Amino acid sequence: MLFQNYKTEGFFDEMFSADGEVRPHYRQLYERFRQLSEAEFDHKRQAVDLSLWRQGVTFTVYGDDQGTERIFPFDLVPRIIPQTEWSYLEKGLEQRITALNLFLKDIYHDRKILKDGVIPESYVLSASHFRPEFSGINVPRDIYIHVCGTDLIRDDQGRYLVLEDNGRTPSGVSYVLENRIAMKRAFPNLFTRASVRPVATYPNELLKTLRYVAPGHGEQPVCAVLTPGIYNSAYFEHCFLAQQMGIEVVEGRDLMVRDRKVYMKTTKGFRQVHVLYRRVDDDFLDPTVFRKDSLLGVPGLIDAVRAGNVTLANSIGTGVADDKVMYYFVPRMIKYYLDEDPIIPNVPTYLASEKKDMAYIMDHLPELVVKAANESGGYGMLVGPKASRAEVEKFRGLVKANPRNFIAQPTISLSRHPTWCESGFEGRHIDFRPYILYGEKVSIIPGGLTRVALRKGSLVVNSSQGGGSKDTWVLYEDE
Amino acid sequence: MILLSRVADCMYWFGRYIERAENTARMVDVNLQLLLDLERLDDHRITAHWDPLIRSAGDSELFDRLYGQADSENVTDFLTFNTDNPGSILSSIVNARENARVVRDKLSTEIWEEINRLYHYVRSLDAKRVWASDPYDFYREIKQSSHLLHGLADATVVRDEAWEFLQAGRLLERAIQTNVLVDIKYHILLPSTRDVGGAIDALQWMAILRSCSGFEAYHHIHGADVQPWHVADFLILSEDFPRSILFCLRELDGAIRTISGVSEGRFSNRAGKLAGRLLYELKYSTVDDIFEAGLHEYLTDLRSRTGEIARALYEAFMFFPVVDDVNPEVESQIQR
Repeated sequence: MLFQNYKTEGFFDEMFSADGEVRPHYRQLYERFRQLSEAEFDHKRQAVDLSLWRQGVTFTVYGDDQGTERIFPFDLVPRIIPQTEWSYLEKGLEQRITALNLFLKDIYHDRKILKDGVIPESYVLSASHFRPEFSGINVPRDIYIHVCGTDLIRDDQGRYLVLEDNGRTPSGVSYVLENRIAMKRAFPNLFTRASVRPVATYPNELLKTLRYVAPGHGEQPVCAVLTPGIYNSAYFEHCFLAQQMGIEVVEGRDLMVRDRKVYMKTTKGFRQVHVLYRRVDDDFLDPTVFRKDSLLGVPGLIDAVRAGNVTLANSIGTGVADDKVMYYFVPRMIKYYLDEDPIIPNVPTYLASEKKDMAYIMDHLPELVVKAANESGGYGMLVGPKASRAEVEKFRGLVKANPRNFIAQPTISLSRHPTWCESGFEGRHIDFRPYILYGEKVSIIPGGLTRVALRKGSLVVNSSQGGGSKDTWVLYEDE
Repeated sequence: MILLSRVADCMYWFGRYIERAENTARMVDVNLQLLLDLERLDDHRITAHWDPLIRSAGDSELFDRLYGQADSENVTDFLTFNTDNPGSILSSIVNARENARVVRDKLSTEIWEEINRLYHYVRSLDAKRVWASDPYDFYREIKQSSHLLHGLADATVVRDEAWEFLQAGRLLERAIQTNVLVDIKYHILLPSTRDVGGAIDALQWMAILRSCSGFEAYHHIHGADVQPWHVADFLILSEDFPRSILFCLRELDGAIRTISGVSEGRFSNRAGKLAGRLLYELKYSTVDDIFEAGLHEYLTDLRSRTGEIARALYEAFMFFPVVDDVNPEVESQIQR
């Protein structure tokens, strides 16, 4: 009943093929949902929302002095990935994080890839998250990015493409776990038949990764989550992960450095910390090195890292890999370090700082998506086909004024997924963020965060701009 | 297990704010009920009736500035919903929730969900409606939720050091709040001096007992006769009633000793010393000592000494003096 009027409208739909057939891996779900009336579905939806509300999985609406809180919209139709597709993604993501870690080690040491002319040196040195202060410092086991949240999309043919690599402090994994719990509550019987791979082992894998990169040897390392504090929008996630791992959540003011070692202030005095899973940006880590006005930081922390007495996960300076200009070069990194072709391709990208590309960008601006190299969260972005003339002209000026800071890509027609809207199911654009851990081996939880642009026609999935999320099921099998 | 000082601080304040919200609800409730027993209510009398409460859970100047007229509706709104008043029930609940948010990894899901529910409820229009039509029901809801939170903590929180800080906060606050409640009786005016010990006096003492949920327990111990010295004895010096000041101090002393790792009758820091000393002073006091000193004077002194324990506790466990510990040599190396 629920899918009676559903239309794919020429987009690549995750659940239905172009001729309206249900894809095999969605068949179980389709059968179950077909038995539901609209009222039953709506009832389940409200129960889940209420439960999320009670659990305080909310964010505060900015600019509202009443402190109004909202839950992150959660859509009850799960996104499903069959086994074969998943193992393809796993291979591609493992290849990518391996290359990125080799790249980071290289540019903070010998800079071979620059000397060999594979990437122009100026691009790396001018990246705003490149940390020259950190050159020549060794990190345990040469791992820089321990936790990566790579954003993937699918185009109108259903091809997966890498949209960006988030190698700093990617967030959202708690929603992966919470969404699954919510789904299990709403559809307990569905899971027993659908053969969905569990995601609950993530905190355990994360803790293993953290322990693997602890400095020194012998004693059990003490790990902690470093948070900016309760006003950070991801604070809930920081607590959630710490609690699941059985470690402390610390703020900068809970820590102090003595003799190049990091200690927590406890009711029984000082206790050394060996690994910090930090969710604080580089700039705010240590006021003696980075931003002097940072109140979140720990004076002397970077020196303790240099001395090898504490490990930061992720390491310092990984943001250079998030630079959208650097993204352009990732396929070349893969070729250079691994001598392989990229398994999951990039979105075709034009660099405004390259003469030929710039000419193309200027000629085709209204068709392109333009992105600032170092912004995230959907800010600093122009979606040409959806923008007014004035916005396009504004970006033309911005790009011309600072070419290094912009890239452009063709507008990808993102895949769509049935999503609950006010008048039943409608197709909405989605993306996908799997979480990759790099420790003793690469481990990717089978699942991830599927974000959905709830506004009709919108391509922006960020929660700050009208996005919601879905549970993501990776199946043991292909259907 | 280790416990961060900041986390200890938040557990302690979570306990205090919940208890404070509950006791403010108790106080407002008892005063509303007392009003029903008074006759000839002119504005002046009503103002006098509410004044001690405004002073104990807020501040008179703030109230005058915000409301002016001290009628029942204004005062109860000030003490219940006004977020400019840091002593209001809503402020306490907001603060309790903020502290719980910090330590939610130490609390069970059930506790977190309940404090969330309470927060959303008190801010809802529904709550305002209940409050306006049936204040008794509204304040009962606050008390019930506090009881539920304490019960949930009792049944679900691990008995480690963090738990002891939660207990310490809750008991310390309760010792102060019971003190304030008894002291309110001192401020409530009787129609005239000849009413001392009379029917209205007894009614007021009964209301105080009710507000501490001690009505039944009192009768069980002292019989039907409600006498001021018996009530004072019961609410201050009872060894067995869980809201009496002595009882709270004994449990507080226990929590501080567990945190400090010392046995009964010993101490290893100033907080433990002050708590133990005050406890034993109460243990070796009788109600005659209290009335000899003057009930109000006695309670005032007791309150300031309880506050001193709170300060000592903070200094012993939750506060680290700022030390500049990056040595200059290291710093120059970094800036190179």
